[in-house]
Amino acid sequence: MTDDLLELQDVVVRYGGIEAVRGISFNVADGELVTLIGGNGAGKTTTLTTISGIKRPSGGTISFAGERIDNLPAHEVVELGVCQAPEGRRIFPRMSVRENLVMGAFARGSAKQADVDRVFDLFPVLKERQKQAGGTLSGGEQQMLAIGRALMSEPKLLMLDEPSMGLAPKFVEKIFELLGDIHSQGTTILLVEQNAHLALQIADRGYVLESGEIVLEDDAKKLLGNDQVRKAYLGES
Amino acid sequence: MDFLADCATNVADQFWAQTRNGLTLGSIYAMIALGYTMVYGVLQLINFAHSEVFMVSTVAALYAIPAFGVTDGDPATGIAVIFILIGVLLCCMAASGALAVLLERLAYRPLRKRHAPRLSFLISAIGASLFIQYLFVLMDGQHYLFPIRGIADPLGTPLLIIGGFLAVVAIGLLVTGTRRGEEGWVDAGTLAGLGAIATLILGAILVIKLPDILGPTPQSVPELFSTSTVFTLFGAPISNKRIMVVVVTVVMLVILDAFVRRTRMGRGIRAVAQDSEAASLMGVNINRVVVVTFLVGGLMAGAAGLLYQIVLGAPAFWFIGFKPGIKAFVAAVLGGIGNIRGAMLGGLLLGLVEAYAVPCIGTQWIDVTAFVVLVAVLMFRPTGILGEQVGA
Ligand SMILES: Nc1ncnc2c1ncn2[C@@H]1O[C@H](COP(=O)(O)OP(=O)(O)OP(=O)(O)O)[C@@H](O)[C@H]1O
Ligand SMILES: [Mg+2]
Repeated sequence: MTDDLLELQDVVVRYGGIEAVRGISFNVADGELVTLIGGNGAGKTTTLTTISGIKRPSGGTISFAGERIDNLPAHEVVELGVCQAPEGRRIFPRMSVRENLVMGAFARGSAKQADVDRVFDLFPVLKERQKQAGGTLSGGEQQMLAIGRALMSEPKLLMLDEPSMGLAPKFVEKIFELLGDIHSQGTTILLVEQNAHLALQIADRGYVLESGEIVLEDDAKKLLGNDQVRKAYLGES
Repeated sequence: MDFLADCATNVADQFWAQTRNGLTLGSIYAMIALGYTMVYGVLQLINFAHSEVFMVSTVAALYAIPAFGVTDGDPATGIAVIFILIGVLLCCMAASGALAVLLERLAYRPLRKRHAPRLSFLISAIGASLFIQYLFVLMDGQHYLFPIRGIADPLGTPLLIIGGFLAVVAIGLLVTGTRRGEEGWVDAGTLAGLGAIATLILGAILVIKLPDILGPTPQSVPELFSTSTVFTLFGAPISNKRIMVVVVTVVMLVILDAFVRRTRMGRGIRAVAQDSEAASLMGVNINRVVVVTFLVGGLMAGAAGLLYQIVLGAPAFWFIGFKPGIKAFVAAVLGGIGNIRGAMLGGLLLGLVEAYAVPCIGTQWIDVTAFVVLVAVLMFRPTGILGEQVGA
């Protein structure tokens, strides 16, 4: 298992007395696109914030590229190459679009014009609005900005928390297409989604999280065909 | 009606002179206000010990000015003024900056680590403020706590320090103790207890040792350079000291603005102010940002302290920070707490309002103005003129 980029073992996360994540283990290999699906309150966001070092696990270990990261402060985790486009986008509302992108490269030091241009190529609308304050963008534009900002850090592992949330279906497809592209260019991705159908279509493997526990894990294609998953997450009966 | 009419004629008579006074004092308020507003921006905390950060600058000047060879009745002249001024300014800024960083480390960071409730920070701020003030009471032979008695009281002073501190602790525990059993209560208690012990030890050491180490405390700050009128503005003479205040303020504010807008660290500070969790997800080291914010606020207050002293000829003493500190806080609220340009604007405005009030209500009552402004802002526009936004 030495080619695992990210590995969680028996990770437990508590909010006060409540166990939001109850001893989950999973791994993401170098170059993989893995998705974590589950309903509301399953513990997906909690898992990602714990990997990022915002929240401390109360049990278990998290390693990245063979190194324990569960005791590192959040900024050091980013410096190792783990970046997250968090739930709710969390862009900096009073910074311009360009400045938001430059913030994405904070951990690397400074952003080069070429890096910014690459994101502008992916999302031309951001280029048009580069001087506009982040908080004045539409929801979809903010989501693009959040993804672009995460890409600016040139992450080894890109984590996305529900990038489809609140977006029009056409937009969602575009974003997932883009994630597929980023993945095929070699970036390892951990994708958290409620939109299981789309997520499983582009993913290599998937895990199903329920009440803080992993209840299913398999190849993405097999999960797509799994009866349990179809019933619970694909809205089929 | 008579009052208003008199007031209007008086203000009209003294308009330019008061504008001059208002802008000078306002510049100083603005620089102090930056410290309140920036710290509030990143931590949502009012650092009530900031007035002591300002005070320390005046004490530093007490020692720094003679060190540069300027003594009472022998002010610097010619080109030497500029070099000495810059030298003394750097010393004062260093002293205040260092104290601000120390405050963050000792009074606030332990609470942040434990996710203490907001009230604990306020108690810690007030405790730290009193502690620093009384530390300088000890250093300053002239200003004992009981000036009425007029004698040095080697036992009463430290006892009062400890008593004062314990009182703060007790109040803190009484208030937060209503939530007994939560983590915050225990932490506030332990910290206050440790603080009280540290106070006791420090107080004892200082009372016994400090006078030997420092020798007699100098009583007044020598005049750095003598006042002269450079030009007259509509009949109001403008002195070299006032010009110096404006020049230093403008230079400092321009540097600060460039720092916050253009540098990587400045971007980090703004990011933390807008969304600290998102900032750390971008790789911003929050603790470093907090230290730098305290440092920058301290450096500004340090510069302000020296300017205040030069332009008002005020003495250095333990309580000097109180008035300008509280007024700068009002200025920060007036401009929009958390907003950097708001603090600059609020400072200048408050300075002007105070100055124009002088011909109406007289200098004895002038300090009321700031509080009237504070109440008015809180009633009619609680977010201040520019609103709460460090990023802007
Ligand atoms: N700050 C918090 N304090 C207390 N409980 C929390 C906190 N954040 C999350 N929880 C609880 O932890 C559980 C998992 O929450 P989490 O946000 O990880 O779910 P999620 O899978 O991301 O859900 P969603 O799809 O709705 O975003 C929930 O029961 C939630 O109520
Ligand atoms: Mg979530």
